[in-house]
Amino acid sequence: MLQIDAWKRVLIWAVCLAGLFFAFPNGFYSKVEQHNDAVAEIEALGSTPERVEEAASWPDYLPATLVNLGLDLRGGAHLLAEVQVEDVYADRMDGYWIGVRDALIAVREQVGFVERIPDAPNGELHVRISEAEGMPAALAAVRAIAQPVVSVTSIGALDIDVSGQGDRMIVTLSDDEKRATDSRTIQQSLEIIRRRVDEVGTREPTIQRQGVDRILIQVPGIGSAEELKALIGTTARLTFHPVISDRATSGTQTGPGEILVRDLEDKDQFFLLETTAILSGEDLVDAQPGFDQNGRPSVSFRFNPSGARIFGQFTSENVGALFATVLDDEVITAPQIREPITGGSGQITGNFTVESSTQLAVLLRAGALPAEMTFLEERTIGPELGQDSIDAGRIACLIAFGAVLVFMVLSYGLFGLFANIALVLNVGLLFGVLSVIGATLTLPGIAGIVLTIGMAVDANVLVFERIREELKTAKGPSRAIELGYERALSAIFDANVTTFITAVILFALGSGPVKGFAVTLGIGIITSVFTAIYVTRLMIVMWFERKRPRTIEV
Amino acid sequence: MRLRLVPAETNFDFFRYRKITMGASIASVIASILLWLFVGLNFGIDFRGGTTIRTEAAQPVDVADYRSAVESLDLGDVSISEVFDPTFGDDQNVSMIRIQAQEGQESVAGDVIGQVLAALQAIDPSLKFTSVESVGPKVSGELIKTAIIAVAAALAAILIYIWLRFEWQFSVGAVAALFHDVIVTIGIFSVLQIRFDLATIAALLTIVGYSINDTVVIFDRLRENLRKFKTTPLKDVMNKSVNETLSRTLMTSGTTLLALFALLILGGDVIRGFVFAITWGVIVGTYSSVYVAKNVVLALGVKRDWSKPTDGGGGAGTQFANIDA
Repeated sequence: MLQIDAWKRVLIWAVCLAGLFFAFPNGFYSKVEQHNDAVAEIEALGSTPERVEEAASWPDYLPATLVNLGLDLRGGAHLLAEVQVEDVYADRMDGYWIGVRDALIAVREQVGFVERIPDAPNGELHVRISEAEGMPAALAAVRAIAQPVVSVTSIGALDIDVSGQGDRMIVTLSDDEKRATDSRTIQQSLEIIRRRVDEVGTREPTIQRQGVDRILIQVPGIGSAEELKALIGTTARLTFHPVISDRATSGTQTGPGEILVRDLEDKDQFFLLETTAILSGEDLVDAQPGFDQNGRPSVSFRFNPSGARIFGQFTSENVGALFATVLDDEVITAPQIREPITGGSGQITGNFTVESSTQLAVLLRAGALPAEMTFLEERTIGPELGQDSIDAGRIACLIAFGAVLVFMVLSYGLFGLFANIALVLNVGLLFGVLSVIGATLTLPGIAGIVLTIGMAVDANVLVFERIREELKTAKGPSRAIELGYERALSAIFDANVTTFITAVILFALGSGPVKGFAVTLGIGIITSVFTAIYVTRLMIVMWFERKRPRTIEV
Repeated sequence: MRLRLVPAETNFDFFRYRKITMGASIASVIASILLWLFVGLNFGIDFRGGTTIRTEAAQPVDVADYRSAVESLDLGDVSISEVFDPTFGDDQNVSMIRIQAQEGQESVAGDVIGQVLAALQAIDPSLKFTSVESVGPKVSGELIKTAIIAVAAALAAILIYIWLRFEWQFSVGAVAALFHDVIVTIGIFSVLQIRFDLATIAALLTIVGYSINDTVVIFDRLRENLRKFKTTPLKDVMNKSVNETLSRTLMTSGTTLLALFALLILGGDVIRGFVFAITWGVIVGTYSSVYVAKNVVLALGVKRDWSKPTDGGGGAGTQFANIDA
């Protein structure tokens, strides 16, 4: 007979209420958004009366979950950039030349004179030795300076491949090292772009890697893609300063030639620094994650010759003092100088993990974009167009909603009303889920919702039609309802699984707006099946228990 | 009094004109393929690269003026069209300008776009550019590939799923119907020269999803009736199944079309192409569920010794059929 356990009833209603609870802030979009922005600002930048007031526009005890609006709805700029990862190989080979030369000079008796061949292909180091018979010794000497690749996937691989042809020795990066280098190049570019974009303080920019060597950048609210390109192209400013005090606060007075700089990690810590930098990012040629003598993660860096001279002089005169590495007016690190660093390269040790040392190396190198970027795709959507689309979508949704509601009541009477309540809950649940998972609503996504509204009644229609049929064979209303649900289930199941498959494929292969559509369609299928099978049924059962009708009309 | 789209009992013979309907379906698929090949599709920049600029002005659009401004820059093929929409206000005069991908450029050249915008602004300083989109030829080639993979993957996944849940004949019938829907939709896009872009591919996949939904519901009833009426000729069982589910088919198509028409008329011109594709697909999909999928299954025949519904593991095709009982 028609029975649903009490705990199931509670659970079903609880799910519906939770969905509505998380969905309803979307009804007050601009207010909640203002609140969320203000809260984020207070957290990041400290509290001001205006921010507190803005935060108070939406009470804290209410949920503040919102559906993100895609670029096509909010307006903004979208760029797809390809990073020219090969650019980096040439620089790397230049860096190796000194080491290779020194290694060969050490075996001068066997190899004779050593000379770099200038017109080598990009990313290859070609070296001529005057004694071709000495090639085996030369190869051995150069191979001995190869370093293990620092990456998670290639353990034991070396960073360079060395081969000889007659009197010519060819040094290239190994495939593993190229992969690791590419990966670092992209990471670095992402990091720089993220910093650049954050600087303009726009809301929720999307900056993500796509495929092997591409970066997708979406910035809502920015005027045009050209502006965004100009912003990303700007070089980062990296400087090294002597530290006057590492115990400053935001209120510390600065004297002449002094500057107050906030710490990158701990926003409450400030450093008092000398305004004049000792060195800048332009003097840095490389920074790599590595390990110190004790095997702990560290970051090694290298200056160019003039930088090395200045740095050597400074560190010899200031042993025991602190020097700060400042990026974009924030202190990345301020280590103590333990000993004079004269070789032009140094190592920063500290409380690092492999990740954090890699991160810091990325930051240290973040002075300039590591490689050039070409832009493959750019889109600018004006905010007016987005607003027009939202308005049109909203009207269409309401009309569609109204039409379907009327149609269902006309067709199925009371049962149609149940289906309609379920439909309202369905849309509520859909928005609730979208808000909680932070999905992005796009214009095709709105179409997905409208389509869901149309299709959501399908499961109910299947059940109601089946109940009608079962009523014809006169088994009594309770049995007919039970059979109706039971027998319609396989059709509902198969029909929705197949539709869900297409949503998954769309999600996997689509991008941008299409992905947004796939998300609303997929979630819409799940919520509509839930509301049709559980919610409508529960309503019918509850109604049936109260009224105990002898006959029913569907 | 209830609204009934069809009488409570129907007894249409859906297979009476099956040669005609099947012939019409095949003919329209062939016609669509020919149109696709010889007339071609109006590909958007997603698929062939280039730039589209959407302008909005208070003054009426003078296409000739715009054209002379842009053509003076010598950018090759430029198309300019005015956009009309019932949702626009009186002071909204919208045009779309499309510029082909520039020869020998793999990426998007920002200065070219800048020149075009400046040239247009010179005619009408109040002109606003509500959207500017550029896709380089490198990406557009990849997007085509991804789109084809997406549609093929969807068809393959459905083929396998239906095969597991039903029988291979059903699976072939369902995919034939989907193939029909996709091709005929491409055909109408070719005839009407509606812009074919990434959103259209999303629409095609939605059509696939909707159409299979419809097909599966009828298949499900057919599976049930085949168990019930073991000796009735296949054609009659099919007719009975289609008639029994007719009311549901029309109800669901009806509500979906109600929603889609609202969006088609009021949803604005930006997604009109997308919504049109889905609306068309729902109509074609409803037709193909009855006339293509069933006809193919009828032509292929099915095995008739279906096990009882309560009996688990009765043959390869039904082994998953009872998990939802």
